[in-house]
Amino acid sequence: MEPEALQYAKSHEWVALAQDGDDRIVTVGLSAFALETLTDLVFMDLPDVGLEVSPEDHLCDVESVKAVSEVYSPVAGVVVEVNEALPDQLETIGDDPYGASWICKIRLNDGADLDGLLDHAAYLKACADDAH
Amino acid sequence: MPDATLLKQTPLHAWHAAHGGRLVDFAGWSMPVQYGSIVNEHHAARRSCGVFDISHMGRLRVSGPGAAAYLDGLVTRRVDNMKPGQIRYGLVCREDGGVLDDVLVYQGADFGVGEGGVSHSDSHSTFGVVCNAGNRDKMVAWMTKRLPSGVMFEDFTLSTAMMAVQGPEAMTIAAALCDIDVMPLGYYRGQAAHVMGAPAYVSRTGYTGEDGLEIVCRADATQAIWAALVEAAEAVGGGAVGLAARDTLRLEAGMPLYGHELSETIRPDDAGLGFSINLKDRDFVGRDALVALNDPAKPRQVRVGLELEGRRAAREGSRVLLDGDVVGTVTSGSFSPTFQHPLAMAFVDVAASSLETMLQVDVRGTSLPARVVSLPFYTRPKG
Repeated sequence: MEPEALQYAKSHEWVALAQDGDDRIVTVGLSAFALETLTDLVFMDLPDVGLEVSPEDHLCDVESVKAVSEVYSPVAGVVVEVNEALPDQLETIGDDPYGASWICKIRLNDGADLDGLLDHAAYLKACADDAH
Repeated sequence: MPDATLLKQTPLHAWHAAHGGRLVDFAGWSMPVQYGSIVNEHHAARRSCGVFDISHMGRLRVSGPGAAAYLDGLVTRRVDNMKPGQIRYGLVCREDGGVLDDVLVYQGADFGVGEGGVSHSDSHSTFGVVCNAGNRDKMVAWMTKRLPSGVMFEDFTLSTAMMAVQGPEAMTIAAALCDIDVMPLGYYRGQAAHVMGAPAYVSRTGYTGEDGLEIVCRADATQAIWAALVEAAEAVGGGAVGLAARDTLRLEAGMPLYGHELSETIRPDDAGLGFSINLKDRDFVGRDALVALNDPAKPRQVRVGLELEGRRAAREGSRVLLDGDVVGTVTSGSFSPTFQHPLAMAFVDVAASSLETMLQVDVRGTSLPARVVSLPFYTRPKG
């Protein structure tokens, strides 16, 4: 997926929205900026399928040599699928952040929206501001 | 976050910033926590050569006819019988036995790094002291308050720099820049030298578990020496190493870090540092309190090494349990790049401290099995 086509939470998760019949499914992952900043990932867990989440709820942990970071849900919905292979591919997680390194898929709740997320340009600006 | 402009900078700050160093506030200093991958930097020191900017460490000089007696009255190890060039690890305590800092005392070392070092006749009355960055203000206040007349105390931290060169290739790389032969230097021995023509003090010391040299030089000589060390290290697959890997290296080597395994409230004996206290026929600040603190009737927790399976690390503050009961707390923990599984140091009840005891560590609600193992985790291969 092209990073320019995605939307982002300030907490560095990306979101790709797709329609699946009547359901709106978002795929969630961590941005290239986040993965580059974390470095040396050694462990991650995955959310449970069926987990109901609201924006900013804890989804899972990613752990580097140095520290543990939390991944938050960018949306309101239910986790319907997780990338089981990802925890065993942490050494290459940064190679394809917007493709093979997706974390989970969340079915949006009725009425839930992506308002409050940033487009790519606004997200990059937020990252640059954070760095100063 | 404190205002970054208030942080102290080492003479290598611009180099770190220009070479991808991620600069963080460490004890009031803007220091590189990593340049790229922590794991790669860790392996550099274990496998070839890592070069560390440790200029944040405090460098103090005590000199004058009463210097030996003065220091001997402050440090838990004997200082007044040290030979020139000898270096000793010791603790500095309060009257109540609380540990203010752990230090290295260098007999005959001139951290002012004047031209030609200390003359032999002066060397018996000159000492260098290296203290932790975060304890420097406290130590300067403590030491100056007790300074007798005839003893001079100077803090050279800001006018000098300190670099560590560590790893199997470190001595060869460092030796190539020195005007004296440093290869015969014994472990915990130091000597005045010129490094790339600049007056310096070099010592066979380190905080990684590897062989290597530490170099103290004047601030204005630092950049050239650093650049040459990093270039030589990179040529053998190593390079500059940040503070994050310094921490994983010292954890594997089982070395205590003040604020974690040492503090004003941890008894040195419980930290396994009984060797650093010499009570025989001598007196120093805190001596009687240390003796009283070691009352065997008092409950105690002792430092142990813990080895965890899997990849999820126990971190500082994690609770340690035995059959569901809390028996201690993790003081340092990380994934170990060398062993590829998590390691930790913890203080646990004596009853839970025997080797091979199976404990559990509560990591954010998940109970992970942890085995008590002997320290250090890592010992470098000899020869």
